[in-house]
Amino acid sequence: MRVLLAQQVACEKSDRQLFSNINIELHSSQLLYVTGENGAGKTSLLRILVGLSAPSAGVVEVNGHDIHKNVHDASEHLFYLGHKQGISQLLTPTENLKFWCQQHGVDKNDDAIHDILAELGLTGLEDIAVKNLSAGQQRRVALAKLWLKSAATLWVLDEPFTALDVQLIAELEAKMTSFLKTGGAIIITSHQTLHIDYPLSNLHLDYSW
Amino acid sequence: MVALRSVFLKDLALAYRQRAELMQPLMFFVLVITLFPLAIGPNPETLQRIGGGIIWVAAILSLLLGMERMFRDDFADGSLEQYMLSPTPLYMIVVIKVLTHWLMHIVPLFLISPLLALFLHLTFDMYVALMLTLLLGTPLISFVGAIGVALTVGLHRGGVLLALLLIPIFIPLLIFATSAIESASMLLPYHSQLAIIAALLLFSAALSPMAIVYSLKVGQN
Repeated sequence: MRVLLAQQVACEKSDRQLFSNINIELHSSQLLYVTGENGAGKTSLLRILVGLSAPSAGVVEVNGHDIHKNVHDASEHLFYLGHKQGISQLLTPTENLKFWCQQHGVDKNDDAIHDILAELGLTGLEDIAVKNLSAGQQRRVALAKLWLKSAATLWVLDEPFTALDVQLIAELEAKMTSFLKTGGAIIITSHQTLHIDYPLSNLHLDYSW
Repeated sequence: MVALRSVFLKDLALAYRQRAELMQPLMFFVLVITLFPLAIGPNPETLQRIGGGIIWVAAILSLLLGMERMFRDDFADGSLEQYMLSPTPLYMIVVIKVLTHWLMHIVPLFLISPLLALFLHLTFDMYVALMLTLLLGTPLISFVGAIGVALTVGLHRGGVLLALLLIPIFIPLLIFATSAIESASMLLPYHSQLAIIAALLLFSAALSPMAIVYSLKVGQN
């Protein structure tokens, strides 16, 4: 099943052409690893693919919906994690995830959320405001959404390993592998090498000025 | 519905945890109004003449003070991105957020205003007119103001720019609201002024969410 199709996508920022003519076709159970130097446009590309920014040219379809015209249908089975984590500093992990689930139509109760937080090593921190957690722990709270949104068919992860410890990186990689094996597709950028025992395709963006 | 309720509850929870910040516009409102009788003198006639105008100007300025909160945190922590990628239309989320913001900033203002009306020697009729104009006019400020907030959300410290953008737009509202209070002070009917404010409110409630959504999307680019 084709999950994502990008045709002739180009991006321009402040009169600078970051990339042009990008074509991506991603099917279920495929892993796309986007690489490139700082400033090559990896984040810009990912934001275009999920429909947060508009490309200067080209179209993107996710699950058969044009993402820039019909972002709500297209993102129904999409999960995006960017540099901003999408969790409020003043709320507790439980509240953050509970509200997020309700807003994204994920039917999970507090017990399920607690179980997932425990799985990610956040036992006892469920009811402490996120601002009092360490950077890595905050990242874990954001990543818990991967475990919660089980209906997703596409994950778009922008530098998901930032601030994570070795153990959680391994856990996340295992989670990604099992997601791929059950038919999910992943687009990921990372400056760390991926240790995933799974065939991946690589898209390299050249830094251009 | 569940999604919209959770947007409301989340904003309420966030506001409760930022009580101090929420109090600032209210304190500003009270302070400005208490300073006027001290500066102008306790002559009831003068105070009564300018009272409605003072309360309205102070209300607009204090609402502007708290306006920035509407999308600032959601933009900074990425919640806004997640809202955009949720199955709920951003239009509805924006309406709920604006109304929640209005509720949290206006209810305290309403509660404190009988006391302030007393400070300024407003008659009962003027007080009723003041309440009615505030009730119709302040959601208008929230809706139109949210467009400005959405436009400046990507800029850090957009506060002064926001005031420059918005205050000219609020001038018609200010004129009709104070004219309604003045009519009330002379025991004249003021339905027409209220009707115009109500029309402005309905117009902005229907159209501004689209502008807000568009501005927020532009801000993401």
